[in-house]
Amino acid sequence: MAVNRKVIGQSLPRPNVMSFIKGHGKYLDDIIVPGMLHVCYVRSPYAHAKIIEINADDALAIEGVVKIVNGKDLLEYCKPWTAGLTNLGEMRSAPQHAMPPEIARWQGEAVVAVIAETKAIAEDAAELVEIDWEELNPVTDLQKATENDSALIHPELESNVAWSIDIDAGEVDSALENSDIVVEKVFEVGRQTGVTLEPRGMIADYDRGKSYLTLHHATQVPHIQRYIIARQLGLSESSVRIICPELGGGFGLKLHVYGDELTTCALSMMLGRPVKFVADRLESFLSDIHARGHRISAKVGVNKDGQIQAMTLDNLAGCGPYLIHPRTSVIEPLLVAICTPLAYNLQHYRAKATLVYQNKVPTGQYRGVGMPIASLVAEGLVDAAALACGIDKVEIRKRNLHAVDAYPVTAVSGEFLEGLSQVASLEKLTSMMDYKGLRAEQKTMRDKGIHRGIGVVTVVEGTAPSPALYAAGGAPISSRDACTLRLEADGEISCTTGLTDQGQGGVAIVTQIIADTLDLSMDAIRVSMGDTATTPFGGGTWASRGTAIAGEATLRAAKAMRASILEVTSMISEQPVDILDLVNGEIVNLETGETQMSMQDVGQAIHFKTHQFPEDFEPEMIITRHYSQREQLMVYANCALGVSLDLDINTGLVTLKKIWAVDDCGRIINAKLVTEQLRGGIVQGIGSALFEECLYDEDGQLLNGNLIEYLVPMAGDVCDIECAHIETPTKASELGAKGCGEAGIIGVCGAIMNAINDALEPFNASVTSQPFTPAKILRALGKV
Amino acid sequence: MSELTQTVDVCITLNGHSIKATIPARENLADFIRHRIGLMGTNVGCEQGICGACTIRLNGDSVRSCLTLAAQANGHTVETIEGLTDSGEISQLQEAFHRNNAAQCGYCTPAMLITATELLNSKTEISRDKIREYLSGNLCRCTGYHAIIDAVEEVAEAQNNGR
Amino acid sequence: MKPRSFSFTTAHSVEHVIGLLQEHGDEAKIIAGGQSLVPTLNMRLSAPQLLIDISALDELRGISLDGDRLRIGALTRHVELQSNKLIAQHLPLIASAINHVAHVAIRNRGTIGGNLSLADPASELPACSLALGAELSIVGNKGKRIVKAGDYFKDLYETDLQANEILVAISFPLATTNTVHGFREFVRRRGDFASCGLVMNGERQDGKLTSLAPVFFAISNTPVLASKCAAKLLNKTLNDDLIEEALLELDRELPVIGDIHTSTEMKLHLAKHYLREILGEINV
Repeated sequence: MAVNRKVIGQSLPRPNVMSFIKGHGKYLDDIIVPGMLHVCYVRSPYAHAKIIEINADDALAIEGVVKIVNGKDLLEYCKPWTAGLTNLGEMRSAPQHAMPPEIARWQGEAVVAVIAETKAIAEDAAELVEIDWEELNPVTDLQKATENDSALIHPELESNVAWSIDIDAGEVDSALENSDIVVEKVFEVGRQTGVTLEPRGMIADYDRGKSYLTLHHATQVPHIQRYIIARQLGLSESSVRIICPELGGGFGLKLHVYGDELTTCALSMMLGRPVKFVADRLESFLSDIHARGHRISAKVGVNKDGQIQAMTLDNLAGCGPYLIHPRTSVIEPLLVAICTPLAYNLQHYRAKATLVYQNKVPTGQYRGVGMPIASLVAEGLVDAAALACGIDKVEIRKRNLHAVDAYPVTAVSGEFLEGLSQVASLEKLTSMMDYKGLRAEQKTMRDKGIHRGIGVVTVVEGTAPSPALYAAGGAPISSRDACTLRLEADGEISCTTGLTDQGQGGVAIVTQIIADTLDLSMDAIRVSMGDTATTPFGGGTWASRGTAIAGEATLRAAKAMRASILEVTSMISEQPVDILDLVNGEIVNLETGETQMSMQDVGQAIHFKTHQFPEDFEPEMIITRHYSQREQLMVYANCALGVSLDLDINTGLVTLKKIWAVDDCGRIINAKLVTEQLRGGIVQGIGSALFEECLYDEDGQLLNGNLIEYLVPMAGDVCDIECAHIETPTKASELGAKGCGEAGIIGVCGAIMNAINDALEPFNASVTSQPFTPAKILRALGKV
Repeated sequence: MSELTQTVDVCITLNGHSIKATIPARENLADFIRHRIGLMGTNVGCEQGICGACTIRLNGDSVRSCLTLAAQANGHTVETIEGLTDSGEISQLQEAFHRNNAAQCGYCTPAMLITATELLNSKTEISRDKIREYLSGNLCRCTGYHAIIDAVEEVAEAQNNGR
Repeated sequence: MKPRSFSFTTAHSVEHVIGLLQEHGDEAKIIAGGQSLVPTLNMRLSAPQLLIDISALDELRGISLDGDRLRIGALTRHVELQSNKLIAQHLPLIASAINHVAHVAIRNRGTIGGNLSLADPASELPACSLALGAELSIVGNKGKRIVKAGDYFKDLYETDLQANEILVAISFPLATTNTVHGFREFVRRRGDFASCGLVMNGERQDGKLTSLAPVFFAISNTPVLASKCAAKLLNKTLNDDLIEEALLELDRELPVIGDIHTSTEMKLHLAKHYLREILGEINV
């Protein structure tokens, strides 16, 4: 059945966006449950310390304090868990408790819960909880953590090394030996955190009568969270209901298992009352997952003509004291190893990664997961090679990208790539940014003492993972998603899906696909998400999977709904089904051109007037379809990205002039929303590249855990971002959509680094340690 | 010693309605608006005065409601996104935000609208850079700001051309 | 992140404030705009028993000419400094510095009196006061006294203001046709607290500087007047060699303290760069 694309591809406003613009967005902290208590957590002031004694007498004496609970009290309510995946080699992993009964392993780990009538009272009491600590040796430095004489975070694991991997493809040593030029660089990528504008939060409401736990939970993945929370609390999955309010940002931060959240659930069960937990900004910095924190030694061997012969990298990464559950902290270094060589055609590649435990906040999946690091390394090496060979930086990329007719191609790290438009994207980018004009301008500016830098990168973005990534390793993570459509009696469509929407536009995407397939007005479709009691089981929102996975499930459900509507019409009108079609919300006889029935007629017929049907005819008007992508580890999309910036060589300050991006995410449902995903990702990546870093001292104390000293990019610190699109549908699904949420953050870090180094070229200086701060730039220039 | 209590009586004109209450002195204006009055359109992001999500209008000026005690608003006029939406004062800017998809998660949006409105009302010459500078106390983690700047610029241009 | 409990009272006169301060001592704190105080309350870094709200004291408002000085009431908000014509005309240094103070919503509430009472070393206005030779009017139980800015900033968040005193106004000498000034600050993001800043005020006659006050801020516990460096530059024709020689004094006289983002060495580098830049600018 041909789908006439009337709505798919149009840049329509999101159906739900006006609600936010009018201030009606309903977030977790906006919800009030009658009888609700508030919890405040006392968090470990030390990176590694043993709890000797807790004295909560003074705290308990405060009026309005209901209960004070520690990790030992919690043991009978919440089981510890051990993160791990079995499909990625050996992982050393230790059990993690919701609150540790004995040893705190990072500064900020929740150790005591204070429950009170108000948040302010809970905070008053929390100040009075006295804990007698015995400080243990903190493990903070990555290199030292791997050495034999290091203190151990988990002595039973006998090492601080959590995981390692070796990839060795082709004949790397001889390829390097035979290369005309070998360039070697050490890249550092600082630790960061996600900083959702809305902090994490949950209201747990346990009904002792029904043994039923209702959670209002700010999560990206309600079905996955429900499974895990039920399992840890010893409840059946069906006795837990998660309702997601609107989320003030996710970015991967709101899909992990957090001890303070599980504790909140247990507290409600303990007390039989609703308990609200909303992290404040200071505890967000100490308890939300961190990410990145890698040090990579890398080499590239090239011939004089710029042809890449071989690449190697050795990555040392830190992960906090636990592998975050359920995804593990392994995926970031894994993706660095897999994705670094993806954009280019090379035959010899070696990657080694070592992930070590540290007494710092646990790391986990944050927007882009490993791929921004991979791109930084690859693009940094390619620019360095271009400089060494004396070749233009765009030209060297053209010489090394997979050939236009090469697809499908298996990259040197083993990944399957199909339908990429790297060359076309790069060409479109360079024409859009007027690359030649910029180079000429750069030259005249240099003569005037203005140091302009230009950076261009080509990005391959992994999206829409298959179950091979997590579920095959035993993690309770659904790569599948689902869409349920119901024709209502008034002829409108209600839709539920396992997807969630944090503003990316999932509601719009799903609505557009349904409207397009059923030729219905967008206004006749209502999508709801996030409630595990009413939505079909699905993986939720992560890894740029919404459109590619839930979108395909939606297309399938809408097509089935269409068939069902036509079948009912055919039955009632006694016309053959193949001459009927849905046109503008009505069922039309294609031969006569007349309207056979309206959608409302069909709705009335199936819900009320079933006496019209033959006895053995019961049409399905609640239709669910599923989809999981199983062909490729990830569906790879591509993007080309360019940056122009000015560098003040006296202060080290970078002024971004303009950023351009050309993205190919396959079938485009709504180009405006793709553009906005790119822009949002790019600005978060500007944060990574120029501003954001969790700074620790050697004792594992976070030095800048607040929004004053942890710098996120604001409107005045970034520039305009011009986007364009190329549309190469993936063959993995009928819809043909790939993901688009991360290309921006993946590409822009390397593009900014390259642009800075481009500006630094006349000074024979370069920076490779992210964030690329004024201090590092001045140091590279020898000014400080 | 004079008699001091940890509560205060306030009378605040909130979105045109006079509200009298006896509240803890330590209650900030954000908590007063949200949890005492129940107007949840004002969002709280940091309670440090940095993120700008809680920006409201006090006596016509944009201010951080997390850095203002409710007691300090006694006798004064407070306007929030709810009042500004209902009065229609910001409808043109809201339409522009809608057209441009200048909101993603929406958490920063009410405060962004209030700050941008102040700029649009300021009678100063408005450029993209001026908009960026003016909004640089309002964190948006989703959009990358470009669409927000577009929306504000559109309204500024319409104001220049039309009225 | 909620403050500890406190009492709150609205002052009806300066005498009332002094009385309350006398009575409650260190337990009481004055609140005006609250833009620096309230974050510390929220984070429980300070926990006074009593807040005395002075925002209703109209006698602390206003910007007016007072002979050859401009008097600014302590309750004057940053936004008022930004838009005031007298400031623009007579205190061009403040007019240029004030645009760099935080963001609009903060400037709409923050006051000059609050700013100078707290005396954050990274703040612009304390440095301006020092460079311009401001005089601070302070009222206490013994009446009013005037303190010169040069005697006012004592140490980190420590000023000459006593626990039972209130800053009521600040007065500045007016700029003349001979006045030269400059402003620079190093911020990673617009509106942030600076990591190194320079405000400079001076007089020039016949192409030579006859007075010069380069004041560095955000480099130490207080704003610092680089008087030895300035002395080298007075009454001479400026040239690169002279400037470089004067800059060497900064190595000796600036008590630079690094912070987590900006090292001591970098602050000193920036300090010299900014002074070099401003001197170059006024020497054109």
